[in-house]
Amino acid sequence: MTDSESGKKHDTPMLDHLETGPWPSFVSGIKRLRDDHPSDRVNGMANDLLGQLEHSYKTRKGYWKGGTVSVYGYGGGIIPRFSEVGDMFPESREFHTLRVQPPAGNHYSTDVLRTLADSWEKHGSGLVTFHGQTGNIMFIGSTTENTQHFFDEINDYGFDLGGAGPCVRTAMSCVGSARCEMSCTNEHRVHRELVNNFVDDIHRPALPYKFKFKVSGCPNDCMNSIERADFAVIGTWRDDMKVDQEAFKDYVDRKGRQHVIDNIITRCPTKALALKDDDSIEVDNRNCVRCMHCLNVVPTAFSPGDDKGVSILIGGKRTLKIGDLFGTVIVPFMKLETDEDFERITEIAEETIDFFAENALEHERTGEMIERIGLVNFLEGIGVEVDPAMIDHPRESSYVRMDEWDAEAAKWFERKEQDKDAAAGGA
Amino acid sequence: MATTPAGKSASKPAKKQMRPAIESGCPDGMQYVHPVMLRNFGQWESHTHPQPGVLCHTAASGESIWTVRAGTQRILDVYTLRKLCDIGDEYGDGHVRFTIRSNIEYMVDAEAKVQPLIKALTDAGFIVGGTQNTVAMISHTQGWLHCDIPGTDASGIVKSMMDELIHEFTHAEMPNRVHITTSCCQINCGGQGDIAINIQHTKPPKINHDLVANVCERPSVVARCPVAAIRPAMVNGKPSLEVDEKKCICCGACYPPCPPMQINDPEHSKLAVWVGGNHSNARSKPSFQKLVAAGIPNNPPRWPEATAVVKKILYAYKEDARDWERINDWIDRIGWPRFFEITELPFTKFHIDNWRGARKSLNSSSHIRF
Repeated sequence: MTDSESGKKHDTPMLDHLETGPWPSFVSGIKRLRDDHPSDRVNGMANDLLGQLEHSYKTRKGYWKGGTVSVYGYGGGIIPRFSEVGDMFPESREFHTLRVQPPAGNHYSTDVLRTLADSWEKHGSGLVTFHGQTGNIMFIGSTTENTQHFFDEINDYGFDLGGAGPCVRTAMSCVGSARCEMSCTNEHRVHRELVNNFVDDIHRPALPYKFKFKVSGCPNDCMNSIERADFAVIGTWRDDMKVDQEAFKDYVDRKGRQHVIDNIITRCPTKALALKDDDSIEVDNRNCVRCMHCLNVVPTAFSPGDDKGVSILIGGKRTLKIGDLFGTVIVPFMKLETDEDFERITEIAEETIDFFAENALEHERTGEMIERIGLVNFLEGIGVEVDPAMIDHPRESSYVRMDEWDAEAAKWFERKEQDKDAAAGGA
Repeated sequence: MATTPAGKSASKPAKKQMRPAIESGCPDGMQYVHPVMLRNFGQWESHTHPQPGVLCHTAASGESIWTVRAGTQRILDVYTLRKLCDIGDEYGDGHVRFTIRSNIEYMVDAEAKVQPLIKALTDAGFIVGGTQNTVAMISHTQGWLHCDIPGTDASGIVKSMMDELIHEFTHAEMPNRVHITTSCCQINCGGQGDIAINIQHTKPPKINHDLVANVCERPSVVARCPVAAIRPAMVNGKPSLEVDEKKCICCGACYPPCPPMQINDPEHSKLAVWVGGNHSNARSKPSFQKLVAAGIPNNPPRWPEATAVVKKILYAYKEDARDWERINDWIDRIGWPRFFEITELPFTKFHIDNWRGARKSLNSSSHIRF
């Protein structure tokens, strides 16, 4: 007879070590569900979860396997987990995670958190994480049957499942305009307009592989979008950054010239800053690359300019299969203010996902696809013109056919003329 | 969803009407945003860092919002979640958010609320800190608690390391912020970090040939291998797969689509430590992390060997880096030979990359530090 059948608590000598020390202990939390919760179902799940985890600690192996579980009408959004040692730990035999999309910016009221907690302990294990690495609220531990009940309940008050599998995934956006002076766009709106345009592609996995949107309001990129998103939207500005010379002089006064030279002037990656004899600062805005360093060091003196917008980079991902890839620029700058601007960015996303769906190999991310076919083929596929801001440097290899050089050069000059006319018309 | 065998449904009671989903997608965060933040949306001017774990943002209107950030165990039970809510209601304004590293943030409209809030959090066992030049909360994956392909646990490693690094979480004494990540397999869900602690398998998968034909879609598994080391084969009269063990790089990519190709090995799956991953565009362009240490035992429940390596690197950085240098900036300045010298980590042939594009990581100059 197993410990579970006898209702006995599993011994957890290894996990018990994780109840000591100053950092809050997840083991103590799970034990509380085992020992104090009024529901026998929750007690049993927590007990067997601890039992299985202790077994993993002892044998240094994991014992969960995947499967197929979703809710009515959807094909994804749930990470199914069936125990391989379910006979030993029957009450956590089915322990699926529901991935639920958080409100943009990860904002909550305590009221809504309590409501979610109430729903979750009714149907699930009582364990939840804000948030998983993809950005979802992770409701960890539900039977197959209860995934539907829990989803029905939270879906009624405005929550929806996120992505799992080869589909558009849950997006992430920073706190941005809600609290941060570095913000150059309405991250919240970008996040929701992009991802909510693809609910079908989130809920019914049918793409070659995953596709992630992440939105950071400035080039500090707190959402890691360049390294982790297929479609990274990063706030920036194209006019001069704003300098409050009095605040800067005050900073020099407090910190000293040596500190300012060591920590600001010489750290500028394009040598665009000069400390003047009167302790003011001169900015070569033409060569500022919006790296954010000086703004980070003296937020009281430096701010983004007024002509704000976003850059878009495509193709960031981690190792598998061909190695790490950064996202790279496909749109150096676009305004994001009017409804038309937002329609345009959604259109770029649609073109990108359509192209990805048609051209990527199975289990190939956008970055890998672009590595395989070349950036130019991708740009032509989505109808975006080449731009020197997309590269670190031009081609070094002479192994290339350039039959249509003259036509391409003519196109460039034609675009330059159009830009000039547009600028003149706009002024 | 319960399934009913075809033809039998007529004899059963009418099937329960399923509720169609409302495909509402990502909820509007604005409904939960603190009123001060809502009023000053997009109008923030500056911020200060009064103490570790506290931020004060000021808007053009003159209004300010104070944020108190606390670390939690991330795997929250409903009791802990409700405790966090109680604190938010009693000492805060009922508006919270979570950072990308799973810290909770309380936003309050008056400075006078800050210290009582910190006290309430601290008394309840939560750790206030994690802002500015601290070691932030370790980014956290699922591990043995919930993942289907983990080589190690995440919650336990994070708990063990945060216990040891708590001073660095509550004191902003680092040259710049330090983001540590963990990952329980080489897919690296933890992402790029200033310091990353990741599983590194050292042996090819052990194949259970009896199960492959039934469990795995063989062509997909063959296609998944980054070095084309897997090929279909008949083993003991059954269709299976075989691995060219000389070619195999032990990445584990075949294991998720084909669990009978067991890659996790209680003895031979080790931890490796990588440094210098940085997502920010500040100063230099974003950078990927680089291997510095491997062969570290995967040793639950406290993983002391891994923590020791992390601390060695961390305190070398704290000692030697200049203000505002992230770990990648610091190493760019001092060079790799010096990094290995002061961290006393061995430099081996395995540190020299041989993957595609590897020549770009070699020193093609006479720039050498002596």
